[in-house]
Amino acid sequence: MAETALHTPSPAVTREVFVAELRRLLPADGLIHEEAELRAYECDGLSAFRELPWAVALPRTEEEVVALLQTCHRLRVPVVPRGAGTGLSGGALPHPQGLVLSLARLNRILALDPFARTATVQPGVRNLAISEAAAPYGLYYAPDPSSQIACTLGGNVAENSGGVHCLKYGLTVHNVLRVRGYTAAGEPVVFGSLAPDAPGYDLLALAIGSEGMLAVVTEITVKLLPRPQTARCILAAFDSVRAAGEAVAAIIAEGIIPAGLEMMDQGATIAAEDFVHAGYPLEAAAVLLCESDGTPEEVEEEIARMGAVLERCGATEWRVSRDEEERLRFWAGRKAAFPAAGRVSPDYYCMDGTIPRKALGEMLEAIAEMEREYGLRCLNVFHAGDGNLHPLILFDANQPGEWERAEAFGADILELSVRLGGTVTGEHGVGVEKINQMCVQFSPVELEAFFQVKAAFDPAGILNPGKAIPTLHRCAEYGRMRVSRGKLPFAELPRF
Amino acid sequence: MNAIVDRLREQVLAACGRRRLEIRGGGSKSWYGAPDPDAEPLEVGLLSGIIRYEPSELVLTAYGGTPLREVEALLARHGQWLPFSPPHFADSATIGGAVAAGLSGPTRWGHGALRDYVLGVRVLDGQGRVLRFGGEVMKNVAGYDVARLFAGSLGTLGVILEVSLKVLPLPPATLTLRFACSQDEAIERLNRWAGQPLPLSASVWWQGEMTLRLAGARAAVEAAAARLGGEVLPEAAAQRFWEEVREQRLPVWNLHEGEVLWRLALPPTTPAWADAEDALVEWGGGLRWLRRPVGDDSWFERARAVGGHAVRWRGARAGERVFAPRGAAERAIEERLKAAFDPDGVFARRLPLE
Repeated sequence: MAETALHTPSPAVTREVFVAELRRLLPADGLIHEEAELRAYECDGLSAFRELPWAVALPRTEEEVVALLQTCHRLRVPVVPRGAGTGLSGGALPHPQGLVLSLARLNRILALDPFARTATVQPGVRNLAISEAAAPYGLYYAPDPSSQIACTLGGNVAENSGGVHCLKYGLTVHNVLRVRGYTAAGEPVVFGSLAPDAPGYDLLALAIGSEGMLAVVTEITVKLLPRPQTARCILAAFDSVRAAGEAVAAIIAEGIIPAGLEMMDQGATIAAEDFVHAGYPLEAAAVLLCESDGTPEEVEEEIARMGAVLERCGATEWRVSRDEEERLRFWAGRKAAFPAAGRVSPDYYCMDGTIPRKALGEMLEAIAEMEREYGLRCLNVFHAGDGNLHPLILFDANQPGEWERAEAFGADILELSVRLGGTVTGEHGVGVEKINQMCVQFSPVELEAFFQVKAAFDPAGILNPGKAIPTLHRCAEYGRMRVSRGKLPFAELPRF
Repeated sequence: MNAIVDRLREQVLAACGRRRLEIRGGGSKSWYGAPDPDAEPLEVGLLSGIIRYEPSELVLTAYGGTPLREVEALLARHGQWLPFSPPHFADSATIGGAVAAGLSGPTRWGHGALRDYVLGVRVLDGQGRVLRFGGEVMKNVAGYDVARLFAGSLGTLGVILEVSLKVLPLPPATLTLRFACSQDEAIERLNRWAGQPLPLSASVWWQGEMTLRLAGARAAVEAAAARLGGEVLPEAAAQRFWEEVREQRLPVWNLHEGEVLWRLALPPTTPAWADAEDALVEWGGGLRWLRRPVGDDSWFERARAVGGHAVRWRGARAGERVFAPRGAAERAIEERLKAAFDPDGVFARRLPLE
């Protein structure tokens, strides 16, 4: 198969010729090609990986996007789409011989229909801006990744972003009705529909979470939901992580789907408390946040039921937010967990595995063991309701060898996630970061099938090449480097 | 089970380049889509059984040939359900067939579609490859979402050997209300209510009557009922009614000779057509059913013009279009996807790529 062509499309031109072509397509302020300015685009939220592109284009119109795609397609220049650059897996890492296609200036809300409960937006619109625009109608857009004040809808579509409320309200794939955009060759495409379904294959499902590798989206129609009348949150403390994990399972077994169900271990609690003073109990081994939303009657009923479960499961203390201010304070600590990690350590490395909830205790014990093995600390925050774990590995990039140890630590966590029946990425995407671990999660034929899906949308292979799906060659190399628990993955493959 | 999978693989490989196969679970939906009279059945009903189910994980994994009623009975024993209420159409319906058909029932309005609940699949494709996509966890963005691609692909890409679905607790309370109103009033009210925090679950308008199902916390259902008014249907009658809707047993679905049954998926706010007062309207206005004489092909264009699409659900004659056409670029992508999983075209094109 055309593995090489898909991964390293070689441009048919030099950088100089390419930049000259782009100048004809864009006004001067729409093109960046000087090294000093390109630096701003050398990485996304995963700053451990950096690369300078040939150029960055900042189109203002769809016509410019089409012209750019057609030009890059003709000249076989890789295109890396980019939103706000808040991604955590290097999905928007530039290609060293490619164009970064920033969609940040396509930032208009095109339509908001309160009767149909839909908003149609350009990809550069920020996640939170939709809910702000919908608020006067009592509506909001449900997926709320922690970066929602900055991240764009285009980026959310590329990554299938989640948030703290997705157990009840779903991920991006459950909340986007239709996208319009262009293939790598610049042909217009529409995936999905404003009707409840669309004819043919579910291309929308493939496009969402495709990390900018299948198409460039220029218009997104999302579903808006009625804002729940009220929400209250329980803060519960446990003297062991295992007990907190059992309480999570017990809440679900009780038939309750909380609006949010989050866990933090002691390290994360202390770091967050020190930062935002949320009122967290510092002596607790684990803290749970359980949110209920809906009508006042509904919330009262659910809070009482959850409280009874927490009590039964041995919560050492639990309290319900008395008012909106306190509820937001409870959440402030959780939402600030990442920056809080940044305050207690020069650098941190955020992981994103998902595991079956029942494996939580085993995973956290294994992480504690890895902390000793690698000589690094790890704070654990966890979307407990849906099994999505965000261990934050603390390290100092200025200490020789620490980043390499953090990376190996992270790889161990991800590979354990797969062995426990989970996945290497719940919501941050594979990007460049977890590409080696894809070799552990998928077999060679499955990876081959992914390349065929990619080629079905982008036969020339110019959209974000080299991301998300590893080549078999790469997997063989990785397998040689990393014999996991005495078992060599891809043992049947020829070694290159 | 491995022996059954091996046998299926042999059958697929033996047929490659020689004949076409039509994947058959319980045969409950064999009338749906574009039939291929020359295809031979590939029976997958032996591939049956629940593989894993832990209620507190909210995930159920079963072999594709597992009877749907067995899955639903198991869930019910643990106070859970498939919130998209898939239609059975016959007792023999299988879970793999439900996923391949991609159809949802009346509660799709309030609780989401089948594709929203697909977490993972293990499939046998047209090259004899056994492939696993997605998994058994709620959040998973590793690789393209091929599991969801199989939902509604009508057996054109491969055999669904195993499927993992997200399941949910049954709502603690349900209540069905009935109102007398016109089709336009129903569409207007349902869309307005859908923009308010109400525990809406399912809706049907037919022959001047709007039936509304509420499902959720007891307090929320009671508060909504008090606010919305209407006549309360006794629970037994309500359950019977919703099952009749799910299984399409109301008279509107009884096809007479010389008629076609049209399924119209539309943006839910689309006003009622003056010449479609006889429609049955589901999903808050988003789904409408119509019986029309053979030869009236205008519905593909009329649905498209308002941003929806039409399906000739039952009554298509040989060679007639069943599904609405797609754009040129989308069609090319679909063709290449089909070729990726089934390069020899061994699986019948019940979902035509046209």
